[in-house]
Formats: sequence, C-alpha cells, structure tokens
Amino acid sequence: MRVPQFLVKSFKPRWPVRSAGLNFALAYGSVFVLSAGLFLSFIWWNTTGQIERRVEVAVQVDAHDLAQRAQRGGMAGLVRAIQDRLDHNVEDDALYLLVGPTGRRYAGNLPGWPTAVSGTDHFYELAIQRDSFRTRAKMHAYILPGGCGLIVGRDIHGRELVRHVLMDTLIWAWIMVSLLAAGGALVMRGIFRQVVGSIARTTAAVARGDLSRRMPLTGNETDSISQTVNEMLERIDRLMDGVRQVSNAIAHDLRTPITRARARLEEASVTATSEQALRSAVDRAVVDLDHVTSIFEALLRIAQLEAGTRRAAFTDLEVPPLLEGLAELYEASAEEASLRLKLRVDAVRPVHGDRHLLQQALANLLDNAIKFAPSGTDVVMHAGMVGNDVFIAVMDAGPGMSPDDMARASERFFRAEAARHTPGSGLGLSLVQAVVALHNGRMVLQDRKPGLGVTLYIPSLGGELVREGSIV
Amino acid sequence: MRILLVEDDVTVRAFVLKGLREAGHVVDEADNGKDGLFLAVSESYDVLILDRMLPGGIDGVRILETLRVQNNATPVLLLSALADVDDRVAGLKAGGDDYVTKPFAFSELMARVEALGRRGRSEVVPQTRLTVADLEMDLLARTVKRGGEKIDLQPREFRLLEFLVRHAGQVVTRTMLLERVWDYHFDPQTNVIDVHVSRLRQKVDKPFDHALIHTIRNAGYILRAD
Repeated sequence: MRVPQFLVKSFKPRWPVRSAGLNFALAYGSVFVLSAGLFLSFIWWNTTGQIERRVEVAVQVDAHDLAQRAQRGGMAGLVRAIQDRLDHNVEDDALYLLVGPTGRRYAGNLPGWPTAVSGTDHFYELAIQRDSFRTRAKMHAYILPGGCGLIVGRDIHGRELVRHVLMDTLIWAWIMVSLLAAGGALVMRGIFRQVVGSIARTTAAVARGDLSRRMPLTGNETDSISQTVNEMLERIDRLMDGVRQVSNAIAHDLRTPITRARARLEEASVTATSEQALRSAVDRAVVDLDHVTSIFEALLRIAQLEAGTRRAAFTDLEVPPLLEGLAELYEASAEEASLRLKLRVDAVRPVHGDRHLLQQALANLLDNAIKFAPSGTDVVMHAGMVGNDVFIAVMDAGPGMSPDDMARASERFFRAEAARHTPGSGLGLSLVQAVVALHNGRMVLQDRKPGLGVTLYIPSLGGELVREGSIV
Repeated sequence: MRILLVEDDVTVRAFVLKGLREAGHVVDEADNGKDGLFLAVSESYDVLILDRMLPGGIDGVRILETLRVQNNATPVLLLSALADVDDRVAGLKAGGDDYVTKPFAFSELMARVEALGRRGRSEVVPQTRLTVADLEMDLLARTVKRGGEKIDLQPREFRLLEFLVRHAGQVVTRTMLLERVWDYHFDPQTNVIDVHVSRLRQKVDKPFDHALIHTIRNAGYILRAD
C-alpha cells in the first residue's frame, strides 16, 4: 500500500532549530558537555575504585600476615600482634576482632561479632558502633585453623568522606564546564553570525545595487568563500559595465545612422524638387538602414558568442587550408590596395573549432589590415605553434594602436582615433575577441612600430604536426 | 515563373509581390501557414517563398517538411528574421534550398529566386559544356575559350566564371558569389568579391570588343550575351 506523500513527510522527525548558528553552537556545547561528563565520570570511577581496592588489598595482606603469626606464635602471638597493630595504628582506622570457637572475644577493637557478617567469602560493608560514634566499615571474616574467627576491617568513614568530596568536586566541575560550554557556544554562534553577517551585508549591498562593495579578506577559512563571491561580483560588475557601455554605444551608434536616414527622408519629402533628388535621398537612407542592420547583426552575434552556447558546429579543423582559402580570397583585395598579402604557415596541429566563425574572425582582421596598411607594404598572415596553442597572427604596417587603445580595442563600438574617419562599426575586434573566447583561446594585440599585430592563440588538439610549406 | 509567396507581414508581402510581378512572374500569395500549405500542395509552382514564422500554428519549416515528405521537390526559399547560423542550417536541413534573412534587399531575393527557378529546370542533365555567345567553357577539360581564343584562368576564377555562366541572364549578388563560389558565410567589410570579378573581367572581357559581365547597381553582376 502506498502512503500519501504528505504523511511520509510529516512522520519524518525534524530538527526544530533552523538557525545554522544556533545548531553550530548547540553541537559545540553538547560535544563539550558530553566529553567533559565522560571524562569526569572516568576520573570518579577510577579514583573510587582505587580506594576500594586499596582497602581490600590492605585487609587481605593484614589477614594473611595475622594468619601466619597465628601459625607461628599460636593464639597468644596472634592476640599480641593484633594488640600491637592497634597500638601502632595512628590513623585509627584498623578494625580487628578475634573470637574463640565458642564465641569468646580474645582481642580487637570491635565490640562484638556483627550479625551481618555470616560468610568468609567476600567483603562486608556495614555501619558499626565504635566507642561513642557510629561509622562505616569494610571488613572480611576468616576462620583460622583451630576454629577461631578473625575479622579484619577498615574504618572507611574517611574514605567515604573523600569519595563524597570528590563526587561534589566533580559535579561542580561538570557544572562549570557546562557553563563554559554554553558560553563558548554563544561565542561560536557570535563568530559564525559575524562571518555569515559580513557576507550577507556585502551581498545585500550588492543586491541593492552597490556593485563596488567587496568582501573583506580576513585570512581565515572563510576567505575562500569571500574570494569566490568577490570574483563573482567582479564578473557581474564587468558584465554590468558591458551592458551599460553597449546600451550607451547602441544609443549613439544606432541612433546616428537612424537619425541621418530620417533626416534625409524628411528633408527630401519636404524639399525635393525632382524625382531624381528624391530617389537619391531614398537610396542613401537605405544605405544608412543597411548599416543599422549590419550593426544589429554583429551585436547579436557577439552576444550569442559571449553566451558561450554556440559550440554545435565545432569540429576538428586543419588550420592551413582555412588560411589558404582566406589568403586566396583577400589576396586580390590586397593587390587592389597595392599591398602584398603574405601567408606563412608552419607545422601546426589541428584545432577544435567552428570553421565559419574562425573564417569570419580572420576575415575581420584581414579587412582591418587591408583598410589601414599604407600602400606598398606587406600584410602578413602567419600561423604556427607556441607550446600547445596554435597561433595565427595578422600583421600590417599601418598606423598601429596606442597602448591605451589596445586595452580598449575589443570593447564594442570602440574606435581608435586613427580609425575614426574610416567606414566601420567598431565591432570587428569585439567579434574576433568573442570568437576566440568561445574557442578557449585569447587575442593579443601588439604594436609593431609601425603597424599592428593581432595574434589569436587557440588550443590545439594533441596529435601529429601537419608539415606545411611556406607559401608566399 | 509561377511563384507562391507565403508571408504574414502585409508590407513585406506587398513589396515582394509587386517586385516579382514587375519582373514578369505569376505570383500567388497566402498570409498564413494553413492557406500556404493548401496552395503549395494543390497547385504546381516553380519556386516557393516561405516565411519561417507564420501565424496559425503552421510555420514555413512545417510547410517545407510536409512537402518534402510528399516527395514534392519544388525549390523553396525561406525568409526569416532569425539570422543565426544554426537557424539557417535548420532551415536548409528541413529541405530548404536557400535562406534569406530579413531585412533583405529586393535585388538579393530576386536574384536568389531566379537562380532557384533556373536550377529547377536545368539540373536534369549534367552539362559538360557551357556556352554563352562566343564564350565556351569545357567543364571536363577545365578550359575556357572566347571567339576561339584560349583564356587562362586560375581555378577559383574558373569557378566564378562557371557560376556566372550557369546563371547567364540572371543577376547574381555578391553574397551569392561568396556563398556559392567560395563557401563563405560572412559579410566582408571590404569589396573582396568586386576585386575578384574585376580580375575576371580583365581576362574575359578586356581583350574583346564587347563585355559579357555587367555590373548591376545596388544588386550585383550579370553575365549576358547582348
């Protein structure tokens, strides 16, 4: 039979305390109290046990000794020995009684044979009357050869006292320990709360929009959490920055061509005097709108690449044919611009990647190089291996970039001063950066004085190096 | 050609319809997937233009899949606002023959529709020789002659010329050339295709008294005999 789910749930015993800090403190306290209790109990049990055993051993040794005296010196010797012992017993805790077979008392300090002592096989512990006070005693009875009865015992009143004092001390100690444990638990809870609280305060501040806050690093174990949270915040901050920057850029870079198109159309509609003028205004507006579309497409593509989900088309790729195809495509454009496009391919391993995206990224780099290189110079595309990475560099002898510009080059819509007046959207390198990042690679810009070198590093697949001759 | 256009946006539909009719084609229209599927199944067309996103539960890809299941091989051009490469691949996998993303220039759409219509008719017999006016291409020997004079072409130039000749009399756009001749699917910033066409012209047209390859403004190129 199936039991309804909610019943199963309600029957499960549940710990009522939800607060992690309190649970932590409770666990700490109970472990402390429990271990202290065990420890003290052991001390008590061991100490009292020792005392008991010492009494028993003393009694047995004494009795054994007396029995030997009886054997050697007879009854009189025994009586003398007992008397002797009683006289020399400074602590006044020894108890003896020697009776004859008829029950006559020969020696000892006990008033008479206690009725409770009936056997000789074990110790008896009982209350007795000594002189004027009652006390407790532990004793053992022996039957001597000849029928005499001997009782050897010890007054254990003092030991009982010690036991009580010890018991009291231990109980008090345990109470103290418990109080300490409770205090410690509260302190632990406080520390716990403080740690959690500092994380919570920072994250709450971040949640409210203050992205500049970071977790303080204190040098303890919580640093690993703090560090992770800080890295997370760093990334969120960067992403937010990206979004802000992109929305600003969109506002500017898309509004401008839209505004231009709108102005052209409006002006033409009001002032155009001939069909020819109207047509040319419309044509130019269409060009502006096409520009808007291409920006949109590039932005969407970059966003999609940065989301990192576009790996469906990844295959194992040979780099040389890909570069040769592109070089062949761009060689004509380079020649048109009076440039020489040179391709150098060293032995490279295959990479795992998306052919079309890599083609697009490299096409962007070649477009840029051809756009900026002064006529008569070389544009070089060079591929090879660095460690485990395949590098593909595109180098030109153009105006290059300042270090500040390089740092910002992959930002969306960023355009270096030198590029400000050439056609383009400022998205080319952002796309390259996104493509490379999707391939777990990196893009490095370097100033070649003169000229710019853009190098893409892409992790290679392990395997044989493909020997490829240099092609110029 | 007889063309079916299935597109739900009124402005885009009117724009495409007018352009196709002006070019001399007979065009039927539908504004939803259900009517579109009905027309596509019951009538015979040379080319279908299907919007990917259509109201009424049946979208362009569903129409396409239904037709292909019924062994209807009419060339299909998909129109879509989804520019993603994956969407393009999905559309082509479903049996589409070409894919144009919105917004598009009408000249691009027109060129692609004409190319599809041509393919529907001409690819029955594999050709080994192509001829336009005094230009002859031998596809087996990979040789080109014009007016009996041999022209030396690089392999890529040969493929470019072959594509133009196969589509003689039709406008082919730069994007079409990049896709079909080079198999690249990106939008180059510079005029890479123009430069290649201009090189081809140097060899094919320059030494002769009349040109075969013409530039069509705002559209692309055309190779024709006149």
